[in-house]
Formats: sequence, structure tokens, C-alpha cells
Amino acid sequence: ARSQNVIGRGLLELLSRDRLDDEVWDEIEETLITADVGVAPTRAMVENLRTKVKVLGTRTEEELRALLREELLAQVGPDLDRTLRTEPTGERPAVVLIVGVNGTGKTTTAGKLARALVGDGKKVLLGAADTFRAAAADQLQTWGERVGAAVVRGPEGADPASVAFDAVAKGIADKVDTVIVDTAGRLHTKVGLMDELGKIKRVIEKKAQVDEVLLVLDATTGQNGMRQAQVFAEVVDVTGIVLTKLDGTAKGGIVISVQRELGVPVKLVGLGEGPDDLAPFDPKLFVDAIVGD
Amino acid sequence: MFETLSDRLTSVFSSLRSRGRLSEADIDATCREIRIALLEADVALPVVKAFIARVKERARGAEVSQALNPAQQVVKIVHDELIEVLGGETRRIRFAKTPPTVIMLAGLQGAGKTTLAGKLAKWLRDQGHAPLLVACDLQRPNAVQQLTVLAERAGVAIFAPEPGNGVGDPVAVARQSIDHAKRKQYDVVIVDTAGRLGIDEEMMRQAADIRDAINPDEVLFVLDAMIGQDAVNTARAFMEGVGFDGVVLTKLDGDARGGAALSVRQITGRPIMFASTGEKLEDFDVFHPDRMASRILDMGDILTLIEQA
Ligand SMILES: Nc1nc2c(ncn2[C@@H]2O[C@H](COP(=O)(O)OP(=O)(O)OP(=O)(O)O)[C@@H](O)[C@H]2O)c(=O)[nH]1
Ligand SMILES: Nc1nc2c(ncn2[C@@H]2O[C@H](COP(=O)(O)OP(=O)(O)OP(=O)(O)O)[C@@H](O)[C@H]2O)c(=O)[nH]1
Ligand SMILES: [Mg+2]
Ligand SMILES: [Mg+2]
Repeated sequence: ARSQNVIGRGLLELLSRDRLDDEVWDEIEETLITADVGVAPTRAMVENLRTKVKVLGTRTEEELRALLREELLAQVGPDLDRTLRTEPTGERPAVVLIVGVNGTGKTTTAGKLARALVGDGKKVLLGAADTFRAAAADQLQTWGERVGAAVVRGPEGADPASVAFDAVAKGIADKVDTVIVDTAGRLHTKVGLMDELGKIKRVIEKKAQVDEVLLVLDATTGQNGMRQAQVFAEVVDVTGIVLTKLDGTAKGGIVISVQRELGVPVKLVGLGEGPDDLAPFDPKLFVDAIVGD
Repeated sequence: MFETLSDRLTSVFSSLRSRGRLSEADIDATCREIRIALLEADVALPVVKAFIARVKERARGAEVSQALNPAQQVVKIVHDELIEVLGGETRRIRFAKTPPTVIMLAGLQGAGKTTLAGKLAKWLRDQGHAPLLVACDLQRPNAVQQLTVLAERAGVAIFAPEPGNGVGDPVAVARQSIDHAKRKQYDVVIVDTAGRLGIDEEMMRQAADIRDAINPDEVLFVLDAMIGQDAVNTARAFMEGVGFDGVVLTKLDGDARGGAALSVRQITGRPIMFASTGEKLEDFDVFHPDRMASRILDMGDILTLIEQA
């Protein structure tokens, strides 16, 4: 009976290999949708896969998974330049401006990034240009003390642009390597607050070029992430994305569309609340987390 | 960016408009578009599936209406179903028979818990209560200061015996706060907690320990309206980890469709009680299911479409 079973199973496998049934395709679609990739991009990818499967004569689910991985990796753009510009130019420190909607992890990212640079032997200055949220400057100050970076702050309710200006001016005077300017969270729909952000950048530019504008996106964000990215990119010319809270169950699939539509690469990922929980974005790991095993 | 549901349905409408009754094809065509719209509104996939299945069933059984064409009829069913799911038993805060009433806030990092604590406190104070804010987030840098500033702005008392930033035991603070409130006769205690991930077992246990220490009348799950498909995992994890009685959706002042409202309601059965709509303490409202239904599916336009058709 046992040998019959084996033969039976083998036959079944052989039969099932003959075609990838709808269930498998549905699963692929669901994998992408539940990772927040979005309906239209998912459909496009599934269409591509169907074509490939026909051309290549793919038969097994395993092979299909491999193709999916490949397709996703291509979408994520493994060859994009993801280097972070944090090196001073001549007498002038590099300036990194951190922006995004409320609660995504901007201040934490500023702290972690400072920590990484200080660890590299760099001199870092933090600018607390969130003068709005309760205890925001205190929070950045705590990070500064934690990681060994000086902090420039203004009184609560001060003009954030002038605090940013002061921070950069002090960064130049103190010959630091990098100035990281934290800004208040703001929804991209608030015109007044977006104008304020534009002004912060322009005012800094009176002193020094802004080398990086990092948009901090929360990995739990759904389709709204695209709107956020579009509007922030319009206002301050985003140069990189930081995808935070990837230590949770969210996959952050929205960044695939964001990268494609805006041409702005994900540069860093946030993997926790601690000072060392920041890492360069690794397209392969990102794709693996979506596809699973 | 998205083609709105009404744009999409307009084309479905035009092909369905002339017919006299709901055929299986009518229902399928309309539901296909609704499915996409729900997904683009960030309603979680399993919830979308269950929802569409129910709509189909209702549509199949529906009496043929004289006043509405088939597609309109399906849309109306969708709308009614949405409000039914989102609304259900709407309810206000349950106050304890013997004060203090204890409210505990829980949720992911950055969802808007601390801000909400301030808003709730102000709202309750305006209604003649004497709320006490309790600083049990002793982890996030300067969370205690943040709550202190908000208490000041709201004109309410705060219990913050520990400095935070890694110092102090949140469970002990929570426990002490109840005695403190009784002694000082505060009639509502609002406990702010640290943000935590659903999969962080240690932190979830801490939340359960805080809950057990204060025996809250209401545990409110605070959820960012911008959340995508992960709403399902997160809602489940908090339901299992701490349990909650009601939901607060935050950052509804943005343009996220807020499909998570439907997801969390469906998955946990818990009502959405409040909406947080800005950074200022007064940006706060009770939850309106009808507005949320319109928002998720762009129903404002669609209901107009029904009238025009
Ligand atoms: N798990 C996890 N939590 C994070 C991560 N990054 C930030 N956080 C937490 O998310 C919460 C919000 O982080 P902040 O850095 O204050 O966010 P923000 O964008 O500065 O917030 P606002 O200034 O209020 O807009 C805090 O509790 C952080 O500890 C991350 O990568 N993983
Ligand atoms: N626009 C808008 N911003 C909000 C709303 N609620 C909270 N915020 C902002 O969102 C950010 C995070 O809010 P917090 O109250 O600190 O969130 P939290 O859940 O306590 O965060 P952690 O303690 O770090 O987990 C802050 O910038 C708040 O001002 C809202 O309804 N609308
Ligand atoms: Mg901040
Ligand atoms: Mg908080």
C-alpha cells in the first residue's frame, strides 16, 4: 500500500505541474496586494508574469515564485544609486533635511542617522526645526545626548526656518561634517504647513546647499503614501526615502510605486526604536520579505 | 491619482442602465469595480472579500426597485452595508459607577495616542469632568514631557512620577495612578502608553500588565487612518494582546480614504468611537459612520450619481 501511495503522490505532483492554476495566480496577487503594492501595479506585475510564464513554459509554483521575486526586484530597481550625501564640501558641512507626515519616525531617524555618522568619526549637529509639537525639541535633544551630537534649538513656537538657519550657520562656524535638520510632521494636504517647509529649505539655502532631503515614510502606510511622496517632492525636491517601522508586520510595498513614479530611491530603512536600528535599504531583503518563503 | 469609483462606475452604469433587473452579470460587474475601489481605499483584502460576498448576496436577494436602476441598486446596497458595518452600535464612553472611570490608550508607534490623551482630557474637562492624565510611556524619548505640555494646554492634572526615557516602571505608575486619582478625586483617569508593535511580545505583555493593574473601563485602540493592509494584523494583535473596547481613528484631517476603519471594525467587531482630526487639542470629534462610508468609497459623488441617474 505504501508504494502505491508514493506512486500516487508522484502522479499527482506530475499532474499539478502541468499547469499553474488560478489559485496560484490569486495567491500571487494577494501577496502583492497585502504588501500594499497597490491594485494597478499588482495587475501590471501579474500580467508581466503571465507573459513570462508563457514564454518560458514555467510549470511549477516554485519557478513562478522565483519569477515573481525577479519581477519585484526589477521593479524595486536594484541598480539605483542609494548613496547618502553626508560628506562636507570644502568649508561647508553637508546638510540633510528630514521631512514627512506626522509620527512616521523623523526625529528618531535624525537621531539614528547622527549616531551612524558619529560612529564613523564624523562631527554631527542636529537642528530642531520642529518648534511646534509638544516636547519635540526635547526629544531631539535626548537623541543628541544619546549619540553624541550637538543640538541647536529655538524657543517653542519659534520660526522653524530661523532655527534651521541658525543650525546650519552654527554647523559652518563649528566646522561640523553634517547638519541634520529635523522638521515637524505635517500632512501633505495642509498648504500653509507645506509652504512653511518650502521656506525652511529656501532659508537654509541662503547659507548652504541642502544635500539630502529625506522623506520619512512609515511602512504601515497604505496607498496614501503615494500622495504624500508626490506633494513633498513638489515642495522640497525629495532626494531619498527612509522607510521606517519595517520591524513590524507591514511590508511597505507602496515605496515601489513611489520610487517608480518619482524616481526617488529608498535609501534607508528603520528597524526599531534603538539608536542602531537604521540600515541601508537592501532591495533583495525587501523583496524577500514580501514574497516570503 | 486614482480614478474615482464614480468615474469607474459611470462606465458600468452606462452598460447597465437600460436593463430592468439585477442580473448576475450586473452584480459582478459592479462588484468588480467596488472591490478595486475598496482596495485602493486601503481596506484589507480579507475584509474586502467578505464584504463583497455579503453585498452580492444582498444584491441577489434584493427586491427589484422601481426607482433605481440595477447598478444604482447595487451601489445603494454597498452604501447601506458600509454604514451598517461601520456604525453598528455606536456608543459613548462608559463611565464607571464609582469613579474614577479608567481609560487606557494603546496602539502602534506614532499613531497619535499621546495627542489623543490630551484631546480626551480637554473634551472631558469641557464637559465638567476632572480628568487625570497618566504618563505610562517611559520609553520614547521625552514622552513624559510631551504629555506634561499637553496637560498644561488642556488645563488638566497629570500624574507623572517617573522621568521616563527608559527610567521607571510603567505598570507601577499605572497602578499608583488609580490611588492618586481616588485621593485627589479625579473622576476620569486617562493612561497614555508607549507605542508598540503587535509582534513585540514583551511589549504586548507589558500592555496587558498595565491593563491588569488598572482594570480599565475602556481600552481604546488608537489607529492612524493612513494605515494600509497591515491594519488587519495590527488590529488582531492588539485584540489578542490587550483587548480593546473601542477604536479611535487619527489623522483624518488628511486625504487618506481610511479603509482601515472598515477593516478594524470588521475584524474585531469593536466600534469606532472617536475621530482625531488635527494636531490641536480641539481637533477631535465623535465618529460619524455615514461620513466615513462616503469617504472610503467616494460616496459623496456616487450618491449624487444615483440622484442624477
Ligand atoms: N518599531 C519602530 N518604531 C519606530 C521606528 N522609527 C520610529 N519609531 C517610533 O515611532 C514613534 C514616532 O517616532 P518619531 O521619531 O517621534 O516620529 P516623527 O516623525 O518625528 O513624529 P512627529 O515629529 O510627531 O511628526 C516613536 O515612538 C518612535 O520610537 C522604527 O523603525 N521602528
Ligand atoms: N494631522 C494630525 N496629526 C496628528 C493627529 N493626531 C496626532 N497627530 C500628530 O501625530 C504625531 C504623533 O502623535 P503622538 O500623539 O505623539 O503619537 P503617539 O501614538 O503618542 O506616538 P508614540 O508615543 O511615539 O507611539 C504628532 O506629530 C502629532 O501632532 C491628527 O489627528 N491629525
Ligand atoms: Mg518629530
Ligand atoms: Mg506617545
